[in-house]
Amino acid sequence: MARVGGELKLLGLWASPFVTRAKLALQIKGLSYEYVEEDLGNKSELLLSSNPVHKAVPVLIHNGKPVCESSVIVQYIDDAFAGSGPSLLPADPYQRAVACFWAAYLEDKMLTPWGRVFKVKTDEEKAEAMRQTIAAVDVLEDGLKECSGGQGPFFGGDSVGYVDILLGGMVSWVKASEPLSGSKLIDAEKTPLLAAWMERFCELDAAKAVLQDVDRVVEYAKLVMTKNAARASNNN
Amino acid sequence: MEGVVVLLNCFVSPFGNRVRIALKFKGVAYEEKAENLAAKSPLLLSSNPVHAKVPVLIVDGKPVCESLVILEFIDDGFSAAGAPPLLPADPYARAHARFWASYVDTKLNEAGMRVWRSPKGATAAVEAARKDTVAALKTLEAELGGKPYFGGDALGYVDVALVPFAPWFLTYERFGGFTVAAECPALAAWADRCVRENTCVAESLPEAEHVFQFVCGMRKAFGLD
Repeated sequence: MARVGGELKLLGLWASPFVTRAKLALQIKGLSYEYVEEDLGNKSELLLSSNPVHKAVPVLIHNGKPVCESSVIVQYIDDAFAGSGPSLLPADPYQRAVACFWAAYLEDKMLTPWGRVFKVKTDEEKAEAMRQTIAAVDVLEDGLKECSGGQGPFFGGDSVGYVDILLGGMVSWVKASEPLSGSKLIDAEKTPLLAAWMERFCELDAAKAVLQDVDRVVEYAKLVMTKNAARASNNN
Repeated sequence: MEGVVVLLNCFVSPFGNRVRIALKFKGVAYEEKAENLAAKSPLLLSSNPVHAKVPVLIVDGKPVCESLVILEFIDDGFSAAGAPPLLPADPYARAHARFWASYVDTKLNEAGMRVWRSPKGATAAVEAARKDTVAALKTLEAELGGKPYFGGDALGYVDVALVPFAPWFLTYERFGGFTVAAECPALAAWADRCVRENTCVAESLPEAEHVFQFVCGMRKAFGLD
């Protein structure tokens, strides 16, 4: 792996799909970096000073300067290391806007309700949040069609791009969804393009190197939901 | 970039007004179509089938949706003599600008909406929303620091992302029971400066009272009063 243009450090949490996005981008661009596993119950001084606004991972520190927010980090990696590895966003402004539209859709319509599944108290609220998430995946199938333009299995066409990385970071959690909730988030019968996308994505060297073990994610998710449920009942 | 430029907007929309400012800033000639969000036009529904929301920028028949996506598209696609870029060239500075624009959407807008959207009598919810809104405004004020603009000496991406919320401050204040001038004097001064020193901003923003009346109308329509 090339050590290009200075020192890179990534502050993260192994389970976080947002951190996984940053790892995927670094891997795909062929960049070496130092990884620091944070304990979110005991955040390091470096994390708190690097991300004072959100105090969250991932944080990418490049030559001592922090970049926060996973989608901003992925774009930064593409901008700052333009000569290294493939371009993650299309060169054409309109195609770039289409990719960024679907990236925003992913965050607002799929990930926001999905996050609620792990936080809400009642089974009804969980089911509703899952329903909204699955509805968004249906729409995302159209997004994949639009972004790829029939040129390949990825949002980036025949090669991996920005939206592939943003969704790719979530893959182990997508796979964990069935054991956790009984529902498949990406179902080959309902969203065949996305199912094919997931299969091809997981074959990538970068994915094999970076994606978390699904069973570990399932155990971690159960722990998080138990903790959230306990906190909720303590507050009642 | 060639071709006819059309903006679908609603005059109070802070998201739509970001696009107005950017188009004027870049000197792009465009036609604006006012949308009635209670009766959306076929053009809006076909241009933004996913969200059916404004703003939509249609360039040569091709729609671009999501205000921050549109801003970057305008920045990438339209360069006129003398019109500087909205986003800086340096990758780190770009990342910094994108971070703060995202903050406006996820923290300020979200909290601000809760201030004016809460049903009558929901005192605890409004109080929580007020606290969050003021906290977001103070965080933004701290980021501005002593600079005249978030972009430095001149209007930039973050300024364009945030200033369309300034006409909404009066609405937040009246429903939330606070004043921006008292809580964040430097931010209030920045908002005035944006309007005073930039025609593209002055020509793009509605009157704060009109926003307030619009919101009152919306509250009635949604049975919040």
